[in-house]
This record gives sequence, structure tokens and C-alpha cells, in this order.
Amino acid sequence: MTIMIDTGNYIAAKAAVMARPQVVAAYPITPQTTLVEGIANYVANGEYKGEYICVESEHSAMAACIGASETGSRTFTATSSHGLLLMHEMLHWASLARLPIVMCNINRVIGPGWNIWTDENDSIAQRDTGWIQFYCSSNQEIFDTIIQSFKIAEHEKIVLPVMINYNAFILSHTSMPADIPTQKEIDDFLPPFKPHWKLDVNNPVTHGNIIGTAYYEHIRKGMQDAQDHAKKIIKDVAKEWERQFGRHHGDLIEYYHCDDAEYILISTGAIGAESKAAINNLRKEGIKIGLARLRVFRPFPEEEIRKLAKQSELIVIDRNISIGSNGAFYNEIKSALYGVSDTKVTGFIAGLGGKDVPYHDIETMCKKAIKSKKVNNSQIWFGFDGGE
Amino acid sequence: MALKDLPIEECLFQGNAACPGCPATIALRLVLKALGKNTIMVVPACCTAVIESLYPKTSFDVPVMNIAFEAAAAGASGVEASLRQQGKEDTTVLAWAGDGGTYDIGIQALSGALERGTNFIYICYNNQIYSNTGVQRSGATPYSAWTTTTVSGKTEFYKEMGDIVRAHHIPYSAQACISQPEDLYRKVQKAKGIKGPKYIEILAPCPPGWRFSMDLTVEMGDLAIETGAWTLYECENDIVTFNGKSKILLEGKIKRKPAEEWIKHQGRFRHLFVPKKDEEKLKLIQQHIDKRWERYQKEFL
Repeated sequence: MTIMIDTGNYIAAKAAVMARPQVVAAYPITPQTTLVEGIANYVANGEYKGEYICVESEHSAMAACIGASETGSRTFTATSSHGLLLMHEMLHWASLARLPIVMCNINRVIGPGWNIWTDENDSIAQRDTGWIQFYCSSNQEIFDTIIQSFKIAEHEKIVLPVMINYNAFILSHTSMPADIPTQKEIDDFLPPFKPHWKLDVNNPVTHGNIIGTAYYEHIRKGMQDAQDHAKKIIKDVAKEWERQFGRHHGDLIEYYHCDDAEYILISTGAIGAESKAAINNLRKEGIKIGLARLRVFRPFPEEEIRKLAKQSELIVIDRNISIGSNGAFYNEIKSALYGVSDTKVTGFIAGLGGKDVPYHDIETMCKKAIKSKKVNNSQIWFGFDGGE
Repeated sequence: MALKDLPIEECLFQGNAACPGCPATIALRLVLKALGKNTIMVVPACCTAVIESLYPKTSFDVPVMNIAFEAAAAGASGVEASLRQQGKEDTTVLAWAGDGGTYDIGIQALSGALERGTNFIYICYNNQIYSNTGVQRSGATPYSAWTTTTVSGKTEFYKEMGDIVRAHHIPYSAQACISQPEDLYRKVQKAKGIKGPKYIEILAPCPPGWRFSMDLTVEMGDLAIETGAWTLYECENDIVTFNGKSKILLEGKIKRKPAEEWIKHQGRFRHLFVPKKDEEKLKLIQQHIDKRWERYQKEFL
């Protein structure tokens, strides 16, 4: 084990290479660039011996990963924002083809106008593609989640692609220390990829040809079952990681001071990390509040949310907005509670366009939610136009 | 190689879902005879996705990966890289796409794969339309041809995909036609033995798309060559050689037939003949071919 002090992207590159993918195909986009540059450096110094295809677009990056994965190779790619949107068609293709591709997405704002800072609308827009989605809040968590994700994606009960999301610049370009296990330790945790099927000249099959409705429905149901299995397997893999490396970032959710909490704040990513400072301060003021940092958006941890709602009022911060509706997390949480809980849920939209969301703003949001008497608030745009 | 000496082995089964008189199946049989079973095919949206037949059945005796319309060359890049990692470089990677998937929506991925030196064969079977979606215009549709999206005839000429490919200076590119099976077989076999990107375009006269009788597929191919509307050539390391009748035409040993000899059989050009002959448009079509051959003579003779 060594300590690496580096940015989220370089630490992600390290993790990707240590997972020993046979094929990486990627296209550069700010703020993902230093990740793919990091991999290129490992190609140059011989640390990465797999294929590195510098494709001409993100659409082709995912198509190349699909080709590599269908022929039985472990594959990795990374993108961000418009790159992820350009991939959208192939994201569906990868999951319907049941390919355990692992990808980092650095959450970045969508244009116009051009804005390279962070919000989650890029990955939220991929909600229905069938990919498992993680949201990380530290560089260590990025490293650990990438390695774990290969194991989750390739698990025989899952066989679905995994997207690891983390915030532009706040994580991608900020140096933090991370414990890096030895290659042998990683190899012990993550054995070589054994594909469940592949294109093979000795067993010629046609994959993805025209399909009737009944068979197609089976494919969709199979994906849904796989996401259901993932709820348990993500927990198992996190436990296994903790046993081997002594670190646990939570599984579907990271709980922080939730046991006696009357109020629970739900947030993700960098706001999730910042929220811990807010919780500490609010607790000092005598407010019994905890944090449930959502690590996984797909599969959505419905049961866990229902359990939280039994003991606490919920406060949700979304760094995304489904225009014409609400923030994605707020919607999913309300949907999970429908018919089983009348607990108060207060939602905030905050940090769009990369606007900073410091701990004192989070404290203000929590206090506002606690003070409000309304059971079903519509979401509040925090700090919008000078108001709150 | 004479037709009778082609391998008996078939990688495209009988009873596939192609239309009667389909040129793509003629080409597929020949191409797969030349490549053999140690081949992985990558197929984007095109008629071949239908020819494959309905899941869980298949018409192919080689592994086939279907991929999105614009992604054949990129998908093949992944297959090729993956096979190299697994020490299976002897397996041929064949991307097999139509003209829509090549000239139009797939041109970016194709250009990228050619530029990267991907070790694969990319074959475009060119029926000059989006035939799988029901005969819409493509970048390969000739001037004045009727399609469902050029109801009064296309008002533009097609682009020269061969020139675009040659600008990538890949080791091998060629044009062939389903009506010249020995030439096609030889070109595919030659491509198989060359490392790096190979591009072959096959003219594929489509009976329902071009509106001719399904027993005339081969004749429509030969007439395209004899009128100079289509050209047989190959380009090895930037040196272009014309083949078959195209070579004789280039050398001026025989005369090109008038374009009208080819188009008069095709319902897609019917509006040029009834209710009355459109001499002006017929002249433009002929001039376009003449100009191209003037260029050929300057560049390649």
C-alpha cells in the first residue's frame, strides 16, 4: 500500500490501469482529459499493456468498448457532459447487450452556454439506459469504486455496465491523498474477466439481430432483475473491500449520524462530502440531524429510503433538474415513499452550473426545511436571484 | 480463380430473409467464401440486419455483432483491439455496411478507423439508397434517381466515396461489382492478406429499390460497368489499377455504352422517359460520367 496524492482524474487513471482492462477506448473532453492523459502516460511507461484506442468521438469510444467487450475483453472508458450525451445511443446498446463495461463520467454542465463546471444533469439524463450509477465524494472513493465496479459489472447475476460519476474540478482536478493497494492485492480482489459469452469463431452466434416482442421483453426483464440483484451485490462487494482494505464508503448509501436523527439530509457527490461539515455544525447547535449520502442512483435504494423516512423528516438537495418536474433524486425519493410514508420531504435545487454549495449554505437549507410547516413543499431553488 | 474453383463452403445459409434477386446475398456468399470461417462480422443497421433472420435463428455461420447505424467501423476497432490482446490476430474482422452507413451516417467512424490503421476489412455494399428503410436517398444515390425522399428525382450527384477513402492512403482499397464474382473474390482474398485498413465497395443493384425485374440483378451490374457508371479498380499503396472491362474502357480499346442503356431498365429513372423523354437530364447524367472518365484518363492511364 502506498499513498498517492493526486487529482481525482489521475487517481481514476491509476485505478483503471490497475484493474487490467484489455481495451480502453476514449475521446478527450474537459474535464475528463487528465484521466485519459493519465492512461496515456501509463501506456508510455509500460505500466498499462492493454490496447488504448484514441477514437474520433465519444460515440465511437462506446462503440469500440462494445466491440471489445463482445469479444470477451475487460473494457474501460471515461467521458463527461456532451461526450456522455453523444454516447447516449451506445449506452443503451451496451446495457441491452449485457456488457460489463466500466466508465467514469465527470459530472459537467451541459451547454449552451459553454460551462465546464459541475452539475449532474449529464448523468441524470442517462437514468433510463440500464447502467448502474455511482456518485463519489472523494478521490479515495473514486479509486475504490472503480475497482469494485468491475467486480460488480462482471458478477454473474448482474452483467451490466457501470458508470462512476464524480464532480468536475471539485474532485477531478483537486489533489487529495488516496491509499493505493499493491497490484497483487488488486489482482486478488479482482481476478481476470471471465466473459459469460463472447463472439467466437468456434461457436458462431449472431448477436443483436432482429427480435420479436416476447424475446425482447425477456431482455428488459433480465436487465431489471440484474439491477435488483445489484442492490445486494453492491453491498457484498463493499463489505469484501472493507475486509481486504479496511475502507468502507457506504454501499448504496453512506450514513452519517443517522441513528438518532429526527431530520435526514440526502445529498450526493461533492455536496454529499460538504454536507458532513454542515451536519457537524448543526449537531453542535443541538439539532438532531444526519446525512444519507446517496452513492447509487441506479439501482435506486428504495427500501433504504423508506427506512429513513420511518424515523426522520427528509431534506433533499439536487444538483440537477428534470425541467418541467423536479430534481431527479427528490422525485425518486417521493416516489419510493408513496403510499408507505407521509413524512415531510423538503427539496432544494442547488449548485446548478457549478455554483458553489458551501457547508453554511447547506446549514441554511436544512434550517429552512426544519422550520417549514408544509408537508409537501415543491422544490426550492436555493440562492436563486439573490433570494433563497 | 474461376467460379467453379471457389470454395464449396458456405457461411451464408439458404432460407435467409433477403428479397429475391438480392445483390447483398450474392456479395455475402462470395466475400465469406474468400474470408472463410475464421471471421467476425460487424453489421450496422442495413439490409443485412434483416438477412440475418429473426432471433434466435441466424443465417450466418460466422459470428456476427450487430451495432448501431453509424458505428460499424468503431465497433470493429474494438473487436480488432480485443482479438489482438487475446492473441487472435489471425481472425479477420469484417465490417459490412450499406452506402447509408458508409457515405452518410457512418463516415466519421470509418474515417477514424482508417486513420488509426485499424487492421480490418470494411466492405460497403452500395445499392445507392437506404433500401432497408424503404428506398430513401443517400449520399450515393445518382442524379435524377427517384427515391421516396426524392420524389421527382434526386437533384444532386453522388459523392465519390472511393476518392475520400483513398485520401486516407490506406494499404488497399477497391471497387467491385456483384456481376463480376471472380474479380470480387480475388479482391477480398487479396485484402485478407494485407495488414492494416482495407476498404472494398461493391456495387449492389437492388431490384425493389431501383425498380427493375429481380432476374436482372447481374445485368444491371454489368451494364453499370459497361456504361462507365461504375468502375472496377483497386488501389494498392496509392497506385490505382483498373480491372476487367473498366481497364479496357480506360485504355480506349472498347467504347463506353451510353448511360441510357443502363438507366432505361430501371423504374427509378422512368420519369426521364415517360410521358416524354427528358433529353436535358439524360445529357447531364451522360456528361457527369464523361467528365469522370476524362479525369480517370488524366490520372490513371
